[in-house]
Amino acid sequence: MTTVEHASHAAESHDDHEHAGHSNKHYYLVALALAVLTGLEVLLSYVDIGAAFLPLLMILMMIKFIMVVLEFMHLRRDAKLFHYLFWSGFILAILVYIGALATFKFFLAA
Amino acid sequence: MSTAVAEHNTGHDDHGHGGHGHTSTGLSNNKLAMWLFLGSECLLFGGLISTYMLYRGRHPKGPGPDQVFSIPFTSVSSFVLLMSSLTMVLAVSSAQAREMRQTKLWLTVTALLGATFVGGQVFEFTEFYRKGLGFTTSLFGSSFYTLTGFHGVHVTVGIIMLMALVGMLKAERVPGDKAEVVELVGLYWHFVDIVWILIFTLVYLIPA
Amino acid sequence: MAIIEQPRTEVALPAGAGAPALVTPKEAKGMFARPVQPQGWRDWVFTVDHKKIGIMYGVASFVFFIVGGIEAGLIRLQLAAPNGKVLSADQYNQMFTMHATTMVFLFVMPMASAFANYFVPLQIGARDVAFPRINAFGLWTWLLGAIFVNLSWFLGGSADGGWFMYAPNSTRLFSPSHGIDFWALGLQITGIASLTSAINLIVTCINMRAPGMSLFKMPIFTWMVMVVQFLLVFAMPVITVALFLLSFSRSFGGAFFDVKQGADPLLWQHLFWIFGHPEVYILILPSFGIVSEVLPVFSRKPLFGYKFVAISGAAIGFVGWGVWAHHMFASGLGPISVLVFSMATMMIAVPTGVKIINWTMTMWGGKLSFTTAMLFAIGLIVEFTIGGLSGVTHAVAPSDTQQTDTYYIVAHFHYVLFGGAIFGLFSGFYYWWPKMFNRKLDERWGKANFWLMVIGMNLTFGPMHIIGLQGQPRRMYQYDEANVHTRFWNAISSIGVIFLVLGISAFIVNVIITHRSKHPRYQTTLDPWNARSLEWMTTNPPAVHNFDAIPTVHELDEFFHRKYAEDHETGEIRQVATAEEILADQQAHADKNIHLPSPSYWPLVVSFALPIIGFGVIYNPIIIAVGAAVAILGIFGWCMEPSVAPTEDYEPPASTPDSTTKELTA
Repeated sequence: MTTVEHASHAAESHDDHEHAGHSNKHYYLVALALAVLTGLEVLLSYVDIGAAFLPLLMILMMIKFIMVVLEFMHLRRDAKLFHYLFWSGFILAILVYIGALATFKFFLAA
Repeated sequence: MSTAVAEHNTGHDDHGHGGHGHTSTGLSNNKLAMWLFLGSECLLFGGLISTYMLYRGRHPKGPGPDQVFSIPFTSVSSFVLLMSSLTMVLAVSSAQAREMRQTKLWLTVTALLGATFVGGQVFEFTEFYRKGLGFTTSLFGSSFYTLTGFHGVHVTVGIIMLMALVGMLKAERVPGDKAEVVELVGLYWHFVDIVWILIFTLVYLIPA
Repeated sequence: MAIIEQPRTEVALPAGAGAPALVTPKEAKGMFARPVQPQGWRDWVFTVDHKKIGIMYGVASFVFFIVGGIEAGLIRLQLAAPNGKVLSADQYNQMFTMHATTMVFLFVMPMASAFANYFVPLQIGARDVAFPRINAFGLWTWLLGAIFVNLSWFLGGSADGGWFMYAPNSTRLFSPSHGIDFWALGLQITGIASLTSAINLIVTCINMRAPGMSLFKMPIFTWMVMVVQFLLVFAMPVITVALFLLSFSRSFGGAFFDVKQGADPLLWQHLFWIFGHPEVYILILPSFGIVSEVLPVFSRKPLFGYKFVAISGAAIGFVGWGVWAHHMFASGLGPISVLVFSMATMMIAVPTGVKIINWTMTMWGGKLSFTTAMLFAIGLIVEFTIGGLSGVTHAVAPSDTQQTDTYYIVAHFHYVLFGGAIFGLFSGFYYWWPKMFNRKLDERWGKANFWLMVIGMNLTFGPMHIIGLQGQPRRMYQYDEANVHTRFWNAISSIGVIFLVLGISAFIVNVIITHRSKHPRYQTTLDPWNARSLEWMTTNPPAVHNFDAIPTVHELDEFFHRKYAEDHETGEIRQVATAEEILADQQAHADKNIHLPSPSYWPLVVSFALPIIGFGVIYNPIIIAVGAAVAILGIFGWCMEPSVAPTEDYEPPASTPDSTTKELTA
């Protein structure tokens, strides 16, 4: 099915590795990194490293989270306003729910 | 004053610009709305995750997480969903390069990967049910199925949106800026993926 | 003259038809042809115009105000004397639950929405909101949700767990009727309306301001509305979770609040109050915005410390997230949690105090004119401060432990809600009525309205401080004759209701008289109050496209600065233009070829899906599928229909004059 190309964009390069901002190669690399990090996380759950397990796991999780947000959702090169809107929701959720769980003494030693 | 179409502040520009440039910030209304929505969804999933975290250890009846979770299986389906994020961003990239055939291809692959993920969830849930973990069995059961169920519904809605978008692109019935529509669906899809990044770690990988 | 173009119409009327029927644009892009220039009731039902939507919110929410008032009246009738026989215990539980639910969700919030919808686009110089069809969807969804909640009265009894619906008391074990199901599902539906409207208004405020209007040149009412929308965006999902857990527990056997299984009742309380505390700021901030507009106008002075008022509104919104557990001081949280939340709660008095100071300083040295709108605004300052003072005593956790669950709390929130939120809304009625309806509400009836409400609310809620501290618990359907003070003050409180009823009746009479009468005293000019902000730079009522030419904004209080200029030598402020002249100038430079967002069926169609799904959850799962199908089909139709009819549907303006381009008469 042919698609009608907008005349105003005819001049744009059809090179499917380049467009405004990132190349597709960049996305493949990010995806690879995410896969590796996931693998690390899973590995971590099988290995016993004592008290360092939970913090390390959380860090890996957050790195993956932030990578998808910044790179796949293009937040890194997008307007600051989108950052404010999204992160304020995210941080508010963290604060409020950790606060609530804290009142249940959730974070004290089981 | 102007004989050109005066569309300032009507909110919608139907001439294919998706609102760019006619707004106070120069940013698209639709994109702003989507980011706001995603910000609010953080509060939604945060509540469900917190409920789960509180109740994960409460299973006087029925199996606990250790008895039912299969980390290898869930790791694979997590990987599938992660890869669907890759294909999604490739779809957005293609749309921005006006490569509509590639866009539809990547969108379809994304939907298929998403469907694989959902299929994996369904399989997983039936397995758990067989092992004695129902929705009403225990607090662990109720909160687990609610959290993952909400996520699964979000993925399913995403798949419907992806397929609808492919269909509408085919039929040339996408109003406005096609690349932006793909991007917006992409933002939603990635969000669903990052929620899973949280769920996979917090629910499956942290031992009970 | 501004020219608003309408999409081309193919009139396909049966022979001899009179009024124009719905007609079909030549190229229908949606699943069904969209309505074009509908008339009569269809004009309202399919509209996407923010002003009509605002009026519908206002009328519907006022009806619910009466409903909630009747519910309150029955409560006070029951409590007027010891051993009341008006209501049974079960009926009493339903009454106080629904009174609060109605007042919060079906009156104050949507009435604030009415003002926000009508005036925010006007105040920022826009022609509509960012997403007009979503705006319409919000209205119908809210209305259907409101009706859905109230259907419970006729379908087996209403919700009876209190508006805060604590679990496990609200689970099926203790409340077997469907009342709470209707409540929970109905509030989910209205919650969707709130969330979508919030996103809509935020995008509107951020992205659709007139050229030159920076955020700190935005009118203060719009500022407060914007803060409220942010609170809604982040707070609604939390109650959504709570309501889902409750519904899943009641309808599908979820164990969330089953104590025998190990559930913790505090989970509900946290989820509810994490929403519930921002909610009370959602209730009060629009009224704060209204009085921040009214006080300067009737003091003939700019708002004192505009930036402080704006930022303190944002601060209240922000700090408000950190105080929710002050509703739970007696729930067994433990001393550390109590301490933290107690301190946070004390902090929140600060930004509110900033506002009170700014309002007072606005009036100080001003040329005050005590119109009804002004009276209500001043009334808010006084009554809200009283309510705020009792609030400060609640912040102190040890004293709150005595006060909680007594009438002292009831006194506090009625002073801040009735004396605060509701007085603010009434101030808005009197202030903006001329702009909306080209009539001025009668000032004598207005003053009667005001004073009766002041006397009424102080008689009704004042004594509650006393009986509360003496120990009368909330939510008790009867008290006995033992204590003479209890009997006396309860009687006074119930007598106060009579004054409230009279006061509200005075308002209704006022509206009727004002609109029925041809007397010139109800007529008004474009700018009867000599106001300051952009919404007054329009006709009465504003034309469908709001502004003939979108104004360029140079200052805060732009309209004021177009009317008055300061003489640089003498420092004297002189009037340089009248409102009429400014409007005429706008009309002389009117935009041509204005394309407004088109009316649409889809918002209404999709709205109907939600209560259908609700019925399915309560009665039969198959109905859920029906509702879901309506939703999906409706959303498809919606997505395929462009919000503004495509250019091909319009006649080019330079072609032969015909009936398709409508000349606007002022």
